[in-house]
Amino acid sequence: MKLKANLISGRTADQGAHLEAKTYRGYFDACAYCELNSADLDKLGVSEGNSLKVATDFGEVVVFAKANDGNPDGLAFIPMGPWANTVLDPDTHGCGMPGLKGVPSEIEATEEKPLDMKSLMKQYRED
Amino acid sequence: MPVIKDAVCSLCGSLCDDITVTVEDNKITKIENACILGHSKFVGMFEHDRIETPMIRKDGELVPVPYEEAIEAAAKILVNSRRTLSYGWCSTSCEAIGKAIQLAEETGSLIDSTANVCHGPSALAAQEKGSPGASLGVIKNRADVIVFWGCNPVHAHPRHMSRYSSFSKGLFSTKGRKGRKMVVIDVRKTDTAKLADKYVEIEQGSDLLLITALRSAVNGHEDVIPETVAGISKEEILELAETLKNAQFSCIFFGMGVTQSRSKYKNGDGVSSLISDLNQHSKAVTIGMRGHYNVTGFGQVATWETGFPMAIDFSRGFPYYNPGETGANDVLVREEADAAIISAADPGAHFPQKAVRHLAKIPVIQIDPYANPTTEIADVVIPAAVVGIEAEGTAYRMDAIPIRMKKLIDTEFKTDEQITKDLITKVRELKEGA
Repeated sequence: MKLKANLISGRTADQGAHLEAKTYRGYFDACAYCELNSADLDKLGVSEGNSLKVATDFGEVVVFAKANDGNPDGLAFIPMGPWANTVLDPDTHGCGMPGLKGVPSEIEATEEKPLDMKSLMKQYRED
Repeated sequence: MPVIKDAVCSLCGSLCDDITVTVEDNKITKIENACILGHSKFVGMFEHDRIETPMIRKDGELVPVPYEEAIEAAAKILVNSRRTLSYGWCSTSCEAIGKAIQLAEETGSLIDSTANVCHGPSALAAQEKGSPGASLGVIKNRADVIVFWGCNPVHAHPRHMSRYSSFSKGLFSTKGRKGRKMVVIDVRKTDTAKLADKYVEIEQGSDLLLITALRSAVNGHEDVIPETVAGISKEEILELAETLKNAQFSCIFFGMGVTQSRSKYKNGDGVSSLISDLNQHSKAVTIGMRGHYNVTGFGQVATWETGFPMAIDFSRGFPYYNPGETGANDVLVREEADAAIISAADPGAHFPQKAVRHLAKIPVIQIDPYANPTTEIADVVIPAAVVGIEAEGTAYRMDAIPIRMKKLIDTEFKTDEQITKDLITKVRELKEGA
């Protein structure tokens, strides 16, 4: 089952508290997840802590599932950071700002685990 | 043991200047008044992954080198590049930003700030329609209606509401929170929305529709408003318009929900127009919730040095500005930049994959106190002092008020300003040699 969701990214206090500690496990925990509401998580058959694969036209990324019932149906949130940016829209539409909110995505359950920060960034060097 | 009062927190654009810091053996051991972000910055700096020494990437690995060698390698990259991108300069002092602009001019580089992925569209909006603002002090003293639109200060600016807005008590706002109406407009019920008197849930990407409907209502054209706009009923829109019109003093604080969503700078343009309309009835202002503590300062320094607030291209020998063309992400996504110097920012973490992929291909110089995702793709790494803790300097708060940051402890690390000066000297030497 794949869930079509509108993906946004943004700041959280935990992400912000790790701004200068991005090589630490705490940063990974603060950023490598995707929030959906409980009903959407149920549709995918996953619980918090299971892995999700989030795919867009620009790439795909594996992150942990997290419930946030403040999200309306079909709205996915990944904290700003290298995991979110794997799948966000680089097009600036001629005004300088990439599409960091409002990217159509497809989300499904996966057995894969999220990559840690260094492994994720290593992929860029090897590309 | 020395206790330093009224220290300035150099993390977010709130630039809180009431922090009490206790220093023992040149270490900060206690901090009072700071939020979770500030606490992590001040106390965490002794636990975090400090870049201890200059490094150069050799055979795929970053290896320690003497400072002079790193400066020479960085200067060579700058001199040999035909299209250098200089990016960041927002978690540092205005003094360092001034030097960074000088370096960009002397190397014919393109220089951009983190506004590129933050409030860049707000700068464009201000150029289109103006930016009717006020100092946070005025808002604290006078505002009876406070709107947070597409921003979540509980997480991003945790002390904003208690120091300057919703919860603060001021000269004419002696009742604090009880005397202020707080409205939150967002796409999801955030922790800030949970504190609001009125939460308006908007369909993601339709901010401009709601702004336009509100303007119609404020200007007496409610007949043209459809029954539902942006997922919100006409009744709710009219009620919100009345709240704003009847306010004695209102402020719309807006964030990335407005600048990063569809319509981008047109949203900010719309907010400025709405503020202008509201001023026919009441007193209203708007302020962007700036992220990096001195991203506002970059805009100030760049404007007085070059005439433009960001995305400045010196390749023609004079400052040229066209953000959709000269923005940091645009030059990377077009694979145009052939080298980059990055300081006090982390595009490795905060740029989309296509831009990072190109950064990974070109020589990258990084100046930063801490290792981060950009370090993983950097070729020359130069450690810097933490401005606001180990170095003094000036920063501009989100309302463009300059605040002098104190030096709290001693350090061996050089400041961003000194490193940039050393780079300018070395670049001149290499150019003269050539």
